[in-house]
Amino acid sequence: MILAELPDDDFSQRLAGTGIMVQTGPFIVRVRSGIEDFAPLLKRFYAHFPVVAEPAIADFHISLKRPRSFRRWWHPQALFMLDGQSPFLPYPLSHTFPLFEWGLNWGIAMQAHQYLMLHSAAVERAGKVLLLPAWPGCGKSTLCAALVSRGWRLFSDEFGLVRLDDGQLVPLPRPTPLKNKSIDVIRDFAPAAEIGPAFHGTRKGTVAHVRTPDASMAQAHIPAPPGWLVFPRYRAGAPLRLKPIDMPQAFLKLANNSFNYQLLGLQGFQAVTRLVRHCDRYILSYSDLDEAIDTLNRLADA
Amino acid sequence: MADRQSGNHGTEILFTALREPGRMTGFGLDEWDLLLRIARRTRLLGRLAVIMDETGEVGQLPAIVRNHFTAARVFVSQHQRTARWEINRILAVLEGSDLPLVLLKGSAYILAGLPPSRGRLLSDVDLLVPRELLDSFEKTLLTHGWESVKLEEYDQCYYRTWMHELPPLRHPERLIEVDIHHTISPLTSRLSPDPEKLLADSIPLADSRLRVLQPVDMVLHSAVHLFHDGEFINGLRDLVDLADLFQHFGKHAGFWEELVNRARSQGLLRPLFYTMRYTNRFLAADIPDAAMVATADGAPPGPVLYLMDNLIGAVMIPEHPDFPRRRRAVAQWLLYVRSHWLRMPPWMLLQHLARKQIMHWKHRKATAGTLLQGNR
Repeated sequence: MILAELPDDDFSQRLAGTGIMVQTGPFIVRVRSGIEDFAPLLKRFYAHFPVVAEPAIADFHISLKRPRSFRRWWHPQALFMLDGQSPFLPYPLSHTFPLFEWGLNWGIAMQAHQYLMLHSAAVERAGKVLLLPAWPGCGKSTLCAALVSRGWRLFSDEFGLVRLDDGQLVPLPRPTPLKNKSIDVIRDFAPAAEIGPAFHGTRKGTVAHVRTPDASMAQAHIPAPPGWLVFPRYRAGAPLRLKPIDMPQAFLKLANNSFNYQLLGLQGFQAVTRLVRHCDRYILSYSDLDEAIDTLNRLADA
Repeated sequence: MADRQSGNHGTEILFTALREPGRMTGFGLDEWDLLLRIARRTRLLGRLAVIMDETGEVGQLPAIVRNHFTAARVFVSQHQRTARWEINRILAVLEGSDLPLVLLKGSAYILAGLPPSRGRLLSDVDLLVPRELLDSFEKTLLTHGWESVKLEEYDQCYYRTWMHELPPLRHPERLIEVDIHHTISPLTSRLSPDPEKLLADSIPLADSRLRVLQPVDMVLHSAVHLFHDGEFINGLRDLVDLADLFQHFGKHAGFWEELVNRARSQGLLRPLFYTMRYTNRFLAADIPDAAMVATADGAPPGPVLYLMDNLIGAVMIPEHPDFPRRRRAVAQWLLYVRSHWLRMPPWMLLQHLARKQIMHWKHRKATAGTLLQGNR
């Protein structure tokens, strides 16, 4: 059963009560919240995600609630709790949905050490995964949303989850957050993409989420081997350039980009080594989204 | 209400899993759902993974549990690797000196390969150094890049004047702290075991530059740490350590007699009494009746024991993550105050707690902004 199939009152009742268990990629998330504005956004962005029948084991137990402070009268807030503990200070109540998304990312990065976790967008075409590892500001999410709108399968805009035993990438499709100017860029580039409400004044500026395409969701359980490693570098006005890089350089960039390379020790070293050996490796400098997508399509179809 | 009851149930299954790992294969999904959370919170998830491995039946567990165990094992090996590397770095800067480096607690269990090292996390390396060599040892580490973690003047003064350890040090390239002890209980405490004896009877490891306390002292130190110094943050984990040590050393002839005699001569009968009582109560540690009887005069007066039973029960029994209990928070706070009460005379205690509270408020104000920025 998917979330959209839950009757409305059942959905709200469970969300505010013992919580709803949703499957996202390999993870089961139990989310609880009595915050009214959050429920419709969850239902909208996760409508096509599987609801897990109980009893089940959840990987993450998340609850979002309003903290009991005096501020609630003039400045209502939302508090993110993972497993009964609150790792962040409260956010403005109107930012509950982005808080949920960030909090879940944080939880995954802190906990899922059965994978090598790359800070990377990942999309699939013709059975192979294109990894776009980058730190914030390099255009990773924008490029990811653009590729997905042109038919690539979304694995994740944030996590390259690499299985340690066979090196396969595991999909973790979730809403893709676009920031500031990227929101309009994607609206223009992909008018068919479903973009949610804009949240203004978050610590990353304005954020709006792109709904995960149904086609990507339908295959959310199917892993794929890595094919290409492309480190994106957006710079306004820069000419398009796809520059091959050698294995040692790619290794260092990838190890530095991983959430848990050090933590994994030898296993991390082996996983990154395998990745750079199996992939074609490039740095992509770009400013024009059409050109960039064109180049990546040709790379995949070559 | 049903959920609160399942909280108690979660406690039971955690104790069951710790005592009889083989029974984990019989747990249902809802039991695992709660057990994973409670075990992670008590820092015992890695422990469960390792003792489950030892049964050879880990393959029978649900896949999602095996994933959590895999992640927990990764976390544990990183902690232990980090500790070993820190010790390696310390040895490197001590090259040429014949300072005896006695490892305590977590790092001792790990380097000596003792049972409590199974799945054990640790966030610092604890060392025992002769008091007369303390200054030169600290200076050596400071000149080789380690830095003091506690920079507030009051903290520095507090550690140096009253405590049994120096303010913690950390190398800026690494995450782990080094705690250098010169004895095992605070200088102002009513307990005053003789550190000379501990050092003199310590035993070398395979790498002869490293030593650990002899078995009875190892138990007594952990007992003092848990019941007279600790804030019970990892209380259950520390109790598991002690139950492991009892099981491991208790098989050796003469261990129990020697343990009781040592406790008596070092004035540590009280913490040993508590350790035997509570490892037996919560973890079914197998302690000979004769040893129980011999430590009986270490017991506190009846009303104090009644209070301790309640407080220790409240902090050892994990709470349901969704239903934190006030009782537990209160017990934790009372034990914290108690540990200070045992550590210093009342006037000093009042002064200290007041200063700590003020620093806590200041600190909260100062970090409020960074926390928000620091998380992705």
